[in-house]
Amino acid sequence: MSELKINQNGQLTSLDTVDGEIATLNLGPTHPATHGIFQNILKVDGERIISAEPTVGYIHRAFEKLAERRPYQQVTPITDRLNYCSSPINNLGWHMTVEKLIGAEIPKRVDYMRVIVMELARIADHLVCNSVIGVDTGALTGFTYVFQEREKIYDLFEEICGARLTTNVGRIGGFDRDFSPVFFQKLDKFLKEFHIIFDDFTNLLERNRIFMDRVIGAGPITGERALSYGFTGPNLRAAGVDYDVRVMNPYCSYQDFDFDVPIGKDGDTYDRFLVRQEEIRQSLRIIHQAKDNLPAGNYHGDVPSFFLPPKEEVYRSMEALIYHFKITMGETPIPAGEVYHSVEGANGELGYYLVSDGGRTPYRLHFRRPCFIYYQAYPEMIKGSVLSDAILTMSSMNVIAGELDA
Amino acid sequence: MDSAMMLEKLVLIVVILAITLVVALYLTFGERKIAAFFQDRLGPNRVGPFGLFQPFADGGKLIFKEEIIPKNAEKWLFILGPGVAMIVATITSAVIPWGTSIELFGRTIALQVADINIGVLYIVGIVSVGVYGIMIGGWASNNKYSLYGAIRASAQMISYELSMGLSLIAVIMMSGTLSLNEIVSQQPGWHWNILYQPLGFLLFFVSALAECNRAPFDMAECETELIGGYHTEYSSMKLGFYLFSEYINMFVSCAVISCVYLGGYNFPGMSHITDPTLLGLTQVAVMFAKILFLVFVFMWIRWTLPRFRYDQLMRLGWKSMIPLALVNLVITGLVIGIMKF
Repeated sequence: MSELKINQNGQLTSLDTVDGEIATLNLGPTHPATHGIFQNILKVDGERIISAEPTVGYIHRAFEKLAERRPYQQVTPITDRLNYCSSPINNLGWHMTVEKLIGAEIPKRVDYMRVIVMELARIADHLVCNSVIGVDTGALTGFTYVFQEREKIYDLFEEICGARLTTNVGRIGGFDRDFSPVFFQKLDKFLKEFHIIFDDFTNLLERNRIFMDRVIGAGPITGERALSYGFTGPNLRAAGVDYDVRVMNPYCSYQDFDFDVPIGKDGDTYDRFLVRQEEIRQSLRIIHQAKDNLPAGNYHGDVPSFFLPPKEEVYRSMEALIYHFKITMGETPIPAGEVYHSVEGANGELGYYLVSDGGRTPYRLHFRRPCFIYYQAYPEMIKGSVLSDAILTMSSMNVIAGELDA
Repeated sequence: MDSAMMLEKLVLIVVILAITLVVALYLTFGERKIAAFFQDRLGPNRVGPFGLFQPFADGGKLIFKEEIIPKNAEKWLFILGPGVAMIVATITSAVIPWGTSIELFGRTIALQVADINIGVLYIVGIVSVGVYGIMIGGWASNNKYSLYGAIRASAQMISYELSMGLSLIAVIMMSGTLSLNEIVSQQPGWHWNILYQPLGFLLFFVSALAECNRAPFDMAECETELIGGYHTEYSSMKLGFYLFSEYINMFVSCAVISCVYLGGYNFPGMSHITDPTLLGLTQVAVMFAKILFLVFVFMWIRWTLPRFRYDQLMRLGWKSMIPLALVNLVITGLVIGIMKF
């Protein structure tokens, strides 16, 4: 197999192929390894990739445009469908953005509840990503065990809000109800039992010789290149840059919690895998702290113009009835202005840029979707590597089609 | 060769073929059940008691499925591919001694279709032909992913045949015969070749995994990269033939391993059984127990380990396995030389 020479900018300097023949290979849009609908038109010399041309937009649903016609609380279900592996983070991030715009005071208890939900979602997302790296290397077994744990996290979501995958959890201003005692029972059980399966999974893959040979050096990116692309989240941290929104720009009382930000060195698939493994452990630490120090108080802030009054109040008092009507119809007053809020999503900084002209719907809403940014770097990361590595790179970056195309 | 002898052999062929097919059928079931066991699932349990009729349901489905031949495929080669794979898989078992003999209707029937004096060569030769089924099928599909699978499979099988052959030569040097029957009968009681050739056994076992295209060497299929590899374009019973031949290959490989290294039908205390028919049947049972254990190990490996990358696989084959096999050969030669003094 010929060596393709690639300079520092990732450009091909020599087309020194075996016989000068280059084939075109269509990786996608429906291919079992592209977890979602992406197309990559690869130019290959045997197994080695010379260039890749990614296409986006196969499941573009015009979320940003849809949001312009929807009252604020109706945007939440749209955010579910961004990164559907960790919907609660998207939901709560959106709520916090609106709260920032209206300047709502949120009780500490809500912050802590949100932290619990978001960290659970992060664990679920990382479990999916890491087990899928295993699947793409051919080890299907770890995946089935880890998915049982993910199901337990979904059970917890179900206990909170009634939904599992597209959660639509919480309301602007807090939660629609308090965590039930059953939730805490289930959470305790989950926290007690999770490490058993998780340690098994870790032992199966983390030091497995074949697995390490496969993932070390697959799809590397330097910290510098990652930064210039705009990487965030685990993928940036794997490249050795310790940027975490939860620490750099704390939201939702993250400053109260004690946790480490793991970083990698080479930015390859193995580092991304290890960073996610460690983040799962750190998320468990955060959940333990939030659960033990959960402050007493109300489960929602005092935002009558966005938080639906209790149903019995609606039947009894006129104010409640008016608010109920106005919120449901999206007729509550909202200040004009623009606001950017970002949360540490499960696979990167998930930002919401919201412009309001005081009307019933956002004037403009832009989602800063980390997957879209990662996917731009994909051709550079796989150039010169073999087909198998390209597939591992894709799964280890955790590019989710729903978030990529929005 | 009298006509009764011909008839006897014919019956034996039919019986062995039938047993091979049924075993292969149930290996698909076993694979699914064992995978389920490893993955904390239930596995097939709907068709019949404990899902035992599942293989027949699968087979029936495959037969009645619509047959799709891609427009730009090389039609006759496309059909030939699975046929070659299936035929090669089924004829390998001809030289395997399932037991010594049984007495039936006053005749002594050897439990081996053909005791040819080059049994080992026959197996190595036939197994090499097996790659043609995959190559032809992958090429004729006119699909790039199939071609990738076919290229990977052929490169892999050719490389691993070398280490397989070299580790076999060590056994042949020890036993001084190419007849599989002889090799087996030289391992009475506990005197199994695995005790004298542990390294050779390991190399042969790994090569057998690679020859059967089983994980961690399932480069040819590699569903997450190549969709289905060489059988991406296949449907209905042609796909069934490919899958089926894989299981037959696995069964026969395990039979060869148990013959060459695990003493075949031999078991300790064999001389206590005097009745020849009972002895023959016990031998067959022992042989099957060994084979099924090996098959279980094959599946165990498949559902535990990730797969190699293509270049790592080739590196392992050429840079580790073949040198090790050569070292094994030299050591065996030296020991035999010293023993002769």
